[in-house]
Amino acid sequence: MSKQKTLIKGAYVVDPSQGLDGIFDILIIDGKIDAVRDSLTTPEGAEVINATGRHVFPGLIDARVYVGEPGGEHRETIASASKSAAAGGVTSFIMMPETNPVIDDVALVDFVRRAARDDAEVRVYPAVAITKGFEGKELSEFGLLQEAGAVMLTEGKRSLQNNLTLRRALTYARDFGMVISQETIDPDLSSNGVMNEGLNATHLGLPGIPREAEIITLERDLRIAALTKGNYHAAKISTSDSADAIAKYKREGNLVTCGVSINHLTLNENDIGRYRTYLRLAPPLRDEDDRQAMIRALADGTIDIIVSSHDPHDVDDKRHPFAEAAEGAIGLETLFAAAMRLYHNEEVTLTRLIEALSTKPAEIFNLPGGTLKAGSNADLIIADLDTPWVVHEENIVSRSKNTPFENERFSGKVLQTIVGGRTIYFDNT
Amino acid sequence: MVNVKNSPLKSFNQRHLLGIAELSPHEIQYLLDRADEAVSVSRQLEKKKNVLRGRTQINLFFEASTRTQSSFELAGKRLGADVMNMSVASSSVKKGETLIDTAMTLNAMQPDLLVVRHQSAGAVELLANKVGCSVINAGDGAHEHPTQALLDALTIQRNKGSLDGLVVAICGDVLHSRVARSNIMLLNAMGARVRVVAPSTLLPSGIDKLGVEVFRNMKDGLKDADIIMMLRVQRERMTGALIPSVREYFKYFGLDAEKLGYAKPDALVMHPGPMNRGVEIASEIADGPQSVIETQVEMGVAIRMAIIEILMENTKNNGGAS
Repeated sequence: MSKQKTLIKGAYVVDPSQGLDGIFDILIIDGKIDAVRDSLTTPEGAEVINATGRHVFPGLIDARVYVGEPGGEHRETIASASKSAAAGGVTSFIMMPETNPVIDDVALVDFVRRAARDDAEVRVYPAVAITKGFEGKELSEFGLLQEAGAVMLTEGKRSLQNNLTLRRALTYARDFGMVISQETIDPDLSSNGVMNEGLNATHLGLPGIPREAEIITLERDLRIAALTKGNYHAAKISTSDSADAIAKYKREGNLVTCGVSINHLTLNENDIGRYRTYLRLAPPLRDEDDRQAMIRALADGTIDIIVSSHDPHDVDDKRHPFAEAAEGAIGLETLFAAAMRLYHNEEVTLTRLIEALSTKPAEIFNLPGGTLKAGSNADLIIADLDTPWVVHEENIVSRSKNTPFENERFSGKVLQTIVGGRTIYFDNT
Repeated sequence: MVNVKNSPLKSFNQRHLLGIAELSPHEIQYLLDRADEAVSVSRQLEKKKNVLRGRTQINLFFEASTRTQSSFELAGKRLGADVMNMSVASSSVKKGETLIDTAMTLNAMQPDLLVVRHQSAGAVELLANKVGCSVINAGDGAHEHPTQALLDALTIQRNKGSLDGLVVAICGDVLHSRVARSNIMLLNAMGARVRVVAPSTLLPSGIDKLGVEVFRNMKDGLKDADIIMMLRVQRERMTGALIPSVREYFKYFGLDAEKLGYAKPDALVMHPGPMNRGVEIASEIADGPQSVIETQVEMGVAIRMAIIEILMENTKNNGGAS
């Protein structure tokens, strides 16, 4: 049987995993990267993609994606999330256990793996609940869940609040090399808040969430992580103080990492304007100073990864007042383009962006991908960094349309998404 | 006082009244002057004008309210409009209907005016963007309550001649109060000097940046005040969460004769109602000579008549809902 060969010629390749930053040819054989060199001769029978003037990156890996399956298929299924991911250049994502039922046992992990294998074209990895049913009491079966394919432990949108349970979870997870990933929010301090506390919230008459609701929980978590020497990942930070805390614990040699959502890098609380419900996010969008701090922390490596925090909700949420709308916004399809804003503004280098969007998440959660090294899966994207486009609701692939970037203009677009050597998305516009 | 009613330039051209934030000082003065004239209508034996004959006003209250709703109802009826009250607090919303669905249903009935109160900030504006008729915000969450601020201003203006330069102390639960927000904006726009007086747990973040002086005790806060505006404190907020007890609150922030003594001798005492006697205000003060609380209620009808009439003039040629 003849081998399936593809040669991508003349692309500007950025692969932080091996320090590549220049024009190269890429040969793919049977779904694996065979070689990346200055110039490669076209093997017989190879499909040739002329990528002159284009960029090629390892496919993006999104470590925080909420899907509606099982239990909320009207919002998003694994299949529809996969299509949305492909359109955004995301070749792998970690699916949150925030489903109904909560993914906290082996049978449910199996279900996700099977659904992903049969229906998804991108690679879907399940995250599982730290405690059974998110109840914060009994630990789920970390070892068995890992064997079944779980790659992350998380309480979804809540933070494990019991210090003793968190200590035990971090300690026990360490034995399996598993990462505990928390969204850091104090449920009491944030109480009924719906946006960043401050003058804007006061003007709009909306209850605020103080920055301290995040910082206190994060600092508590970091102390327990240091105590247990566990592997801790703060899922989505949003304040300069959070970045400072992470930097301090990293300097002290702890196994801590953190992420930021693309929204907190590109939007601030002023974008809420007159009650735009799709910008009700968790953590809430902060002020411009905090957004700038997030960019700096990303650039200097304090923040390890960027996530979309893709969180599909009914379009009906637009029909509710701000405080009554659900938290969260979709983001898979705009992740790359929004990240390119930071590149075009010369705030973060391309290498650092691709590292945070692909190489690092693979490393932290021990996933294949995030690299174009010979022998690895041929998961990659071909992109044009300057193509202008506008986000229109009707072009959104995701089953839910709650984008915070509606009518926003972007420069930079994913033109082709390749997973395991196979093109799963091709931009026709 | 300038009477601009008959001036060739129309001074209030908006379709809705959603908040004080959207109004210029000139527009505010125009509304106040028109309302000043409307006061006499309600004092006549024959209280009915027929200017709005055949036009339909729907009062859509998602949050229970007796006073505001009846004030709007009377205002509409005295102008000759057909007024319908919809109390949605207990009906369709509980059945899962969204705000917009309720609005669209009512819109299809071709009203000329919706008067809306909702427990969520921004809800009235959201609704106004979806309907073809005029909308008056009768209170949205902790955001705005423009007609209350306007009736307060009218009450002050009729007593003091003008708002300019007056020291106004707004006392109590500023944190949860839409009345406070609308009043702060209106009073600032009209040249008053605004103070807020409250325990820190009842002050919103960034309040000092809204152009007010912040006081944490009544003695300093009321010193030489021309106007004292008391705010209602919800009893459920006084059970240990934001303030320890009613007793403690009354001692430090309840308006009694002693605290009233700090203000100017001719200071006016106001309250948007409904009052908690013995909590934020002593009965003797509420019923005392300096209290204009009942006048506020009377001015409420006048200001609402004026606003309804103006909005209906502005949309006369639109044929109502479209």
